Amino acid sequence: MLTKRIVPCLDIKNGRTVKGINFVDLRDAGDPVELAKIYADTGADELVFLDISATEEKRRTLHDLVMRVAAAVDIPFTVGGGISSVEDIDDLLHAGADKVSINSSAVKNPSLINKASAKFGSQCITVAIDAKQIDGDWFVHLVGGKVPTDINLFEWAQEVEKRGAGEILFTSMDHDGTKDGFANEALEVLSEMLNIPIIASGGAGNMQHFADTFIKGKADAALAASVFHFKEIEIQDLKKELKKQGVAVRI
Amino acid sequence: MKIVIINYGAGNIQSIKFAVQRLGYEAVLSNDVNEIKAADKVIFPGVGEASSAMKMLKETGLDKVIPTLKQPVLGICLGMQLMCHSSEEGNTKGLSIFDTDVHRFEETVKVPQIGWNQIADLQSDLFAGIKENEFIYLVHSYYAPLCKETIATTNYGLKYSTALRKDNFYGTQFHPEKSSKAGTQILNNFLKL
Repeated sequence: MLTKRIVPCLDIKNGRTVKGINFVDLRDAGDPVELAKIYADTGADELVFLDISATEEKRRTLHDLVMRVAAAVDIPFTVGGGISSVEDIDDLLHAGADKVSINSSAVKNPSLINKASAKFGSQCITVAIDAKQIDGDWFVHLVGGKVPTDINLFEWAQEVEKRGAGEILFTSMDHDGTKDGFANEALEVLSEMLNIPIIASGGAGNMQHFADTFIKGKADAALAASVFHFKEIEIQDLKKELKKQGVAVRI
Repeated sequence: MKIVIINYGAGNIQSIKFAVQRLGYEAVLSNDVNEIKAADKVIFPGVGEASSAMKMLKETGLDKVIPTLKQPVLGICLGMQLMCHSSEEGNTKGLSIFDTDVHRFEETVKVPQIGWNQIADLQSDLFAGIKENEFIYLVHSYYAPLCKETIATTNYGLKYSTALRKDNFYGTQFHPEKSSKAGTQILNNFLKL
């Protein structure tokens, strides 16, 4: 049976992990490769690296990091952040990334989704969507959620699927950082409306939140950062709990 | 041991090279016919779209060479699919090593299938030491149905072939290089054939 995926997300700046990380068994808490190895060995199903640096050196640094991760880690990983062209995607896939995640550039230039999926196959093109609920409707936001648009989340998600995205990573700005649970109502709509996998992101605080997003939100995967980085939730414990609640997981 | 990974412009081949390295071997990326023919083991990767991948194989003449190889050959994901008669993806004619066509999953399941599923009905030395229902990583929209060359099966809306074998030719729909310890074991088994 296809299992639900648990996906730790690492924020990367200039080749190092940022945001707080509390791993006592890490020699170097800032090294994404060491953290990635630990997650791979303790049951993570996939990893996401989100590059938030904005330097000119960025592409080279990210390319090198992707190669180092691919050399060390035996589970799949996605790279996102500032990817704006077919060449960027080609470079990251050749460095060893399994999937790339495109966000703002897909909104600004939707044909990038078509071009990328035709060239590399839908399966490696994830479109990330950040959205926020305003007066009951969900609107897509850009630049890490800072810039609002008048694009409706559900219409955009349908368009993204039609253009060839293999997967959608949906982050609710309303839930992100709250540790109050995922946006399960919107996730359920997305999951039933579309025929590609949906990754839930934003709001993970405890193990029940993950169970809820798989059962109520019908998500195919759940992404989180701080609850894993600060060891508030151990992935193996989480999977045992999910299994107990009838969610198919890889243990 | 000389291991060659066929390099015909398909996507993520670094990962396979690294996985071979983690097992203590070196692999060469090559599209040189003589180098491929002289290898002890040949890995035929593939990430991408079937018709464009097949076009690249034809441009280098590799479409004629691969079916004549005598050493163990392992096709991975799209590599395995291209070793079949044909694929519905881009109406592509394949290498006809395996006696089956490749179809797209019906819309009764989410397409692509992305994630960890299980392999069962395991046959062949490729799966030595691997238990039934072991988890492996898959990411694909097209599948090979069950056929006489099936050596592993998986359920996703229907039961299909996650590995095929004919003589010295092996194919896995899953990515051994991304399937954690089990995948490493399967890759090691192949290198020891």
